[in-house]
Amino acid sequence: MSDYKLEPNKPIDVAEILKDLESYRPRRRGWTWRKPVPNLHMGPFEYHDCTEPLKESVPLPPAHYFGDIDPQPGPVITTEIASGRFEDDIRRMRMAAHHGADHIMVIRTAGQSHFDGLIEGTPQGMGGVPITRKQVRAQRKALDMIEDEVGRPINYHSYVSGVAGPDIAVMFAEEGVNGVHQDPQYNVIYRNINMIRSFVDACESKKLIAWAGMAQIDGAHNANATAREAWKVMPELMVQHGINAIFSARVGIDKKNICLSTVPPTATPAPCVYMDLPYAVALRDLFHEYRMRAQMNTKYIESSTREATVTHVLNMVISKLTSADIQSTITPDEGRNVPWHIYNIEACDTAKQTLVGLDGLMEMVELKKDGYLRQKARELKERAVLFMEEMLELGGYFSAVEEGFFVDSGIYPERNGDGIARKIDGGIGAGTIVKRAADYMAPVTAHYGYNNVAQYGEEYVGNPSALIGGCTLECPEKIVYIDELDEQDNVNVRMEEVKDFVAGGKKIRPEMEWLADGTVMLTMFFPAPKPIAEAAALECAKRMNLTECEVISREIMHGQEGTRIEVKGKVPFAIDVDSLVIPKEPDVLSDDVIRKDIERKPMRIVAATVGEDEHSVGLREIIDIKHGGIEKYGMEVIYLGTSCPPEKLVNAAVELNADAIMASTIISHDDTHYKNIAKIDQIAREMGIRDKIIFIAGGTQVTPELARKAGADEGFGRGSHGVHDATFLIKRRWEMEAAEAAKKAAENK
Amino acid sequence: MKRNDDYLERRAHLADLTDKQLEERFWELANKLVDPLLQMGYEYTSPAVERSVLLRMGFSSIEAKAIVEGCIEHELMSHGAGNVVYRLSRAENMELREAGVALSEGKLWEQAEKLFEGGNEE
Repeated sequence: MSDYKLEPNKPIDVAEILKDLESYRPRRRGWTWRKPVPNLHMGPFEYHDCTEPLKESVPLPPAHYFGDIDPQPGPVITTEIASGRFEDDIRRMRMAAHHGADHIMVIRTAGQSHFDGLIEGTPQGMGGVPITRKQVRAQRKALDMIEDEVGRPINYHSYVSGVAGPDIAVMFAEEGVNGVHQDPQYNVIYRNINMIRSFVDACESKKLIAWAGMAQIDGAHNANATAREAWKVMPELMVQHGINAIFSARVGIDKKNICLSTVPPTATPAPCVYMDLPYAVALRDLFHEYRMRAQMNTKYIESSTREATVTHVLNMVISKLTSADIQSTITPDEGRNVPWHIYNIEACDTAKQTLVGLDGLMEMVELKKDGYLRQKARELKERAVLFMEEMLELGGYFSAVEEGFFVDSGIYPERNGDGIARKIDGGIGAGTIVKRAADYMAPVTAHYGYNNVAQYGEEYVGNPSALIGGCTLECPEKIVYIDELDEQDNVNVRMEEVKDFVAGGKKIRPEMEWLADGTVMLTMFFPAPKPIAEAAALECAKRMNLTECEVISREIMHGQEGTRIEVKGKVPFAIDVDSLVIPKEPDVLSDDVIRKDIERKPMRIVAATVGEDEHSVGLREIIDIKHGGIEKYGMEVIYLGTSCPPEKLVNAAVELNADAIMASTIISHDDTHYKNIAKIDQIAREMGIRDKIIFIAGGTQVTPELARKAGADEGFGRGSHGVHDATFLIKRRWEMEAAEAAKKAAENK
Repeated sequence: MKRNDDYLERRAHLADLTDKQLEERFWELANKLVDPLLQMGYEYTSPAVERSVLLRMGFSSIEAKAIVEGCIEHELMSHGAGNVVYRLSRAENMELREAGVALSEGKLWEQAEKLFEGGNEE
């Protein structure tokens, strides 16, 4: 085995992951939940619903105010990663894990459901990844390393459906896959696979899922995504959940591993919480023995990533008010394209941020025990019961499907006659099942149904694989590993094409989903109606030399006054990494050095937010002792407040005999920030103090180079802290003192 | 089929049930719905089920597919594809893998058929 290890300061080397896969074995089986830590203390806070923190992670953007804490909420957080190239997805998985995902779900390539057998090798996918043994091994192996890095087990997940469900379930059990979608109803309704075949196969698949301790997620949420008026299928959704849940439990899956894939059925502008909450309550009433996988609503998703994000936050309010064991995330760009890296990360952050923000909520509020909420929940449960009663009257599940009972847009018992009907003898795989003969036998573990092993000896009953000295589930060395079948369509060929760009390589290009794809997104506003704005945006992108340009979002600000457009395109060039001029990280003096120098000689600073600008947070962060600002070094700061005219600031410096002026300037419209800086410099010169005083300026939009050009001694932009300002002030004073000493020495000569 | 919402009439027999009883009714019906489905899974097999058995016996996906196609062609599915390989290996005194690979290459099917003669009924 290769001894490759992930290093924190290096990108993952996918080529190393792909080595020695033939001898890789998964380190564990089964699903892992997060570990709750009651009354968790992190930074200045106490949390009530959070779980074991990570060893390494990327916290939410404002975390630097609170010591970079990164609290992890209760539910397992899912992200769906499947760009079509599994090798690029591996890098995305590492990013997602660092943003709090511990459930990585891989969507299958279009058409895999109808592939009768296992796909082998690493062909490129469409809208997903071809799930193969090599691909699964490579990703599970990478996740083994990534989970060690973040310090939390990561659940790996894909689909056991289609006409090769049992084949895939075996491969997943062998390869340490931790979670699966498995629901025969999904095959029947959405994939038009023969219903009898689907249920026979599902028995075997579920037996394997049970054996491997995988978590299982059902497919009911698809009814919500398919039905014309999604909220009307609520009774049916409960029936679908019920059928798959009890079917799975009776095959042998532990109820604690059976998860309902539940979606708040509607979205704004509907009063969605009012409509979705009773449904969520009804579901949790009926299915209290099972787990909830809270999916987000995709039914009404449009191209606005902001709008999608708000819907998803509202969905998580429902999760919090009821319960969620797994919180799924939908990338906010789902309405535009196959998800990009950045949106997977955004979605993970949205979930983490919302759930941490709602931490402890249910200690303060509770759902009403009577009134509309409970009445509506009761009504939905009754409708579901009536649904099942009629199914049985008709002759059972198959007859009901033939009657088009499912995905009808009427709220049952209302029927609109537009459900999806399937024939019992129709669909893919029809006529392929065979009745087992009296001597039917399968010498393997985790096999469902009639199995006459007794014909070869009573000792094999209960342990059929002993007949062959153990099957692959006991003896993984018996697994036959196939590397590649297609000489052209495989990972080696794809990686060779972009080898110059592999992390640490000489070239770099923007990337949204695949290494060196060159994809960029531009946001533009045009003071014009939509058709003009769209055409103008494309023309702009073309003149910027982008190729394959496409408008991916348009939002009307006003029919005539303006349109917001987002365009994607590809840059046709690559950048030579060695040719880049990379600014040095600011150097900082140690706290002790700064303090000692202030003890040697005090420093007085006048500070204000200048111009007509009421922002005070940034400057207070730099000054205040409680935020680790420069006061902690003993520097004396006279703070003049906000909206301070430049004249007043310079006058105060003169009157107070200050050593330094510190100006904060946030508003950047029309270059106001740099104009303010220039003005202070000019006034100080006019008053004859400029060479005796240190002048620094800062603000979120301030660039050090431009601040210096405008007349400040130094500028401090986004991400600056007190220590950066203090370091500069001390060093600048040393320079001034040295210059003064040199001048005196010259005079004495 | 089209039908107006007759929930209020239909629910009459549920109206007096407690929430607990309603929940029990839900699960009673769900169980009834899946009884025949589970029974079918118990009694029947499929090409995918048989391939999954062969995978577990140590055959590649390509070999498993070929063996199952052979079993369908020679009407041996009902005995179990794994059973066909197992019996053949014993009768021919071959290693299990050797027997299966031979079948996947289209060999020894006559011998396999003979091993199950007269045993095709339930």
